[in-house]
Amino acid sequence: MNTTVTRNPCKLCSPLGASLVFKGIRGTIPLLHGSQGCATYIRRYFISHFREPVDIASSNFVETTSIFGGAKNLCEALENINEQYRPEIIGVATTCLSETIGDDVPLFLNNFLKKKGSETFPDIIFVSTPSYSGTHMDGFHSAVKSIVEYYSHLCESADSSFFGDRSEKSVAVFPNFVSPADIRHLKEIILDFGMKPVFVPDYSQTLDGVSWNKYEKIPEGGTSRENLMSLREASFLLELGNSLTGMDSAGKFLESKFGSKNYGLGLPIGIDLTDDFFNSLKIISGRKIPEKYIAQRGRLVDAYCDAHKYLFGKKAVVFGEEDMVVSIAQFLCEIGVIPVLCASGAKGSEMRKALQQLSQKYKNEIVIRTKADFVGIEEEAEILKPDFLIGNSKGYTLSRKLGIPLVRVGFPIHDRFGASRILHLCYKGTQELFDRIVNAIVAKKQSESEAGYTYM
Amino acid sequence: MAGILIQREKQVFRKGADKFDMSCEKNSTAGSVSQRACVFCGSRVVLYPIVDALHLIHGPIGCASYTWDIRGALSSGRQLHRMSFSTDLQEKDVVFGGEKRLYQSLIELIDKYKPKSAFVYATCIVGIIGDDVDAVCKRVSNEKGIPVFPVHSEGFKGTKKDGYKTACEALFKLVGTAETKDIGKFSINILGDFNIAGETWMIRDYYNRMGVEVVSTITGDGRTDDIRRAHGASLNVVQCSGSMMYLAKMMKEEYGIPFMRVSYFGIEDTSDALLKVAEFFKDAGITVKTKELIKEETDIYLPEIYKYRDNLKGKKTTVYVGGAFKAFSLIKALDVVGMSVAVVGSQTGNQDDYARLKKMCDEGTIILDDSNPVELANFSLEKKVDIFIGGVKERPMAYKLGIGFCDHNHHRKEALTGFKGMLNFVKEVHSSVMSPVWRFTNRK
Repeated sequence: MNTTVTRNPCKLCSPLGASLVFKGIRGTIPLLHGSQGCATYIRRYFISHFREPVDIASSNFVETTSIFGGAKNLCEALENINEQYRPEIIGVATTCLSETIGDDVPLFLNNFLKKKGSETFPDIIFVSTPSYSGTHMDGFHSAVKSIVEYYSHLCESADSSFFGDRSEKSVAVFPNFVSPADIRHLKEIILDFGMKPVFVPDYSQTLDGVSWNKYEKIPEGGTSRENLMSLREASFLLELGNSLTGMDSAGKFLESKFGSKNYGLGLPIGIDLTDDFFNSLKIISGRKIPEKYIAQRGRLVDAYCDAHKYLFGKKAVVFGEEDMVVSIAQFLCEIGVIPVLCASGAKGSEMRKALQQLSQKYKNEIVIRTKADFVGIEEEAEILKPDFLIGNSKGYTLSRKLGIPLVRVGFPIHDRFGASRILHLCYKGTQELFDRIVNAIVAKKQSESEAGYTYM
Repeated sequence: MAGILIQREKQVFRKGADKFDMSCEKNSTAGSVSQRACVFCGSRVVLYPIVDALHLIHGPIGCASYTWDIRGALSSGRQLHRMSFSTDLQEKDVVFGGEKRLYQSLIELIDKYKPKSAFVYATCIVGIIGDDVDAVCKRVSNEKGIPVFPVHSEGFKGTKKDGYKTACEALFKLVGTAETKDIGKFSINILGDFNIAGETWMIRDYYNRMGVEVVSTITGDGRTDDIRRAHGASLNVVQCSGSMMYLAKMMKEEYGIPFMRVSYFGIEDTSDALLKVAEFFKDAGITVKTKELIKEETDIYLPEIYKYRDNLKGKKTTVYVGGAFKAFSLIKALDVVGMSVAVVGSQTGNQDDYARLKKMCDEGTIILDDSNPVELANFSLEKKVDIFIGGVKERPMAYKLGIGFCDHNHHRKEALTGFKGMLNFVKEVHSSVMSPVWRFTNRK
């Protein structure tokens, strides 16, 4: 049914994406310029997924703020955050409210810093995230770009000897919205290729950290200011996510400004996409692929063969963030599963193109839905009769209704434990995903069988 | 303690050391990471459990995404309240207005889901872009023949409490729109219970056993048609007074229905609540049945609860709640198993509430208004509490510091109400306090 109204949304708002990125920068507090509720709702959403404290401040609009503008509240918020958190960086993101009343936040910040003296105050990075345009992923990518732009301007005036040894190859990685476990794994791989990675963002520690002695106002970890300032020195840029090809991205910005080559790749899920990823690293580093990963690939191929019959011709519905959807669909195709419906709440023009190509390559009929919501997905799924679902935990309602398993990936995962530790990427992540898919199908068959066999 | 913002100094009180002059009921300090939400949140949580109503959120997508099926409010019938509907305003709507989109959305949803009533939540930007939500609601109501209420819940127009008030105003318009002649004189409305994990059902069952008729439950497992005839009840029994007192007061003024404030948390408060209602009706039969019920339930559950007392005796807690009324009950309930409260606070308490908390607490107890994670964590560490009782936002903070946690908020899936609920509560507190895992953490 084609509707005006959105029913059970398959997207979140853009300030959420920006907040997440700021959580991945060392010493940073995100500040949402708008009503108190935005910060609180987004905190609650993250907390239920990551199971970590997530402090996000708000400029806390009141009625007069929305009439006279948010300058005063914004300045007061900056002062108070500085007072209470002593951050290195404050990441300011707008909301629908401050955007609609037309607050000129960059001007406010300029005036504020002029008065305070920018030398002594934390860096303030600004990103515009009106929630009436795009999804949380647009907020995510915009924040990444704002951070990169900010520090590339800052380092133009800095002493260049600061950047140290240039003989060591360094890679700036824009990993997209992946799990803390994914970021850790990517880091390990790049280090194994003998290169130094700088991730924007890197919340692998801040949102999946250890137990504390005292309250850490700002959890340890995240990409440091120094590393952000060295981005222009990066030998190569690596940008993950299909949608970025159609976007004015951070990688493209750095490439055009400083000349390092930007590699735009799909999220490495499945063998084909992970091969692309490793081949790029091989070229970038000038080294061979380490044995360890060749072995991981080998085991994955072996597992594909061992389980191929359980999967062949099975139908799946894939939903969530557009880049995750594209890569998972491609992975499913290569193991013989048909991604009969691929859906995202995003506008997703790149997603559509990629999936159309995939559909032709495998001669599979794939229904592609952009700007989708869960009721729409449900209505189509009832006709398509999939064998399983793959996406975030919001698909549980549908899974329950259709009596088919949901393989949980991406964000949010609010109804299971260990979301931060789900590995999706590269051979190792694919292996875990593959095992989970096979087991979901086998388990369903087992529990529905009258005999209840104890072997498969 | 270091880390209290100057603007917040008067919202932190230490019994025995400070002069009591609590500042509260003010807007959150800008830049403080308040645990509060907003006006919209207040309205949404109060109306959420009306299960046969359409809840349409008018605005950009976020508010709808973050409130989709997040509460444990159960339904014995339709599940419409668990869906999330949004007009999902886009840039062009912000420029040209969202009225057409709102109208179209309402028509589509009413045709498809056939709700008994509809609530339209106006979020932050709706007023600013100049949408006349009232006019659209009126038009749709006329065309579709169901009540359609605007809920002006723009996030910045106050605190969560203002959201409660707006919600109550919408409910008040629904009350009084149906026939009440078959309602008996021993009848009540249950106000301010939201049927988290079936709690309204438990309370309703108590009243049934007492011989008291429940006309409507507002809003736990709520039904449009029941609320329409709520004015036929003889008494409003109000729990969670922060959210529902507005409605009770309006109903008293308009229909002359008296109200009483109660709490169903803990054996003492639940017994008091039921006895107070029985007393109100001055009926010998009801009084006898109520006393029997209390005895029966207490005999079943109190010995069970006492089994945990040896392990829990002397343990200390931090209690941080939305409305302060809950904190009173918690302090009494914890006392039953020998536990004390070392830090206590609320998001929305008033002067009277804090004065009462001060009276109830031991010397040295810290009392907080509209606190934030830094304060809550540092005070909990300073007081060496064993368990934090609060909402989902405080949970990871407690665990990070090696402190136990019990969810007392509306996301939970455990019933904590009444006699049985007290046992559940004690069990949950016990399972966190007594867990062997804490020795691996840094807490000494």
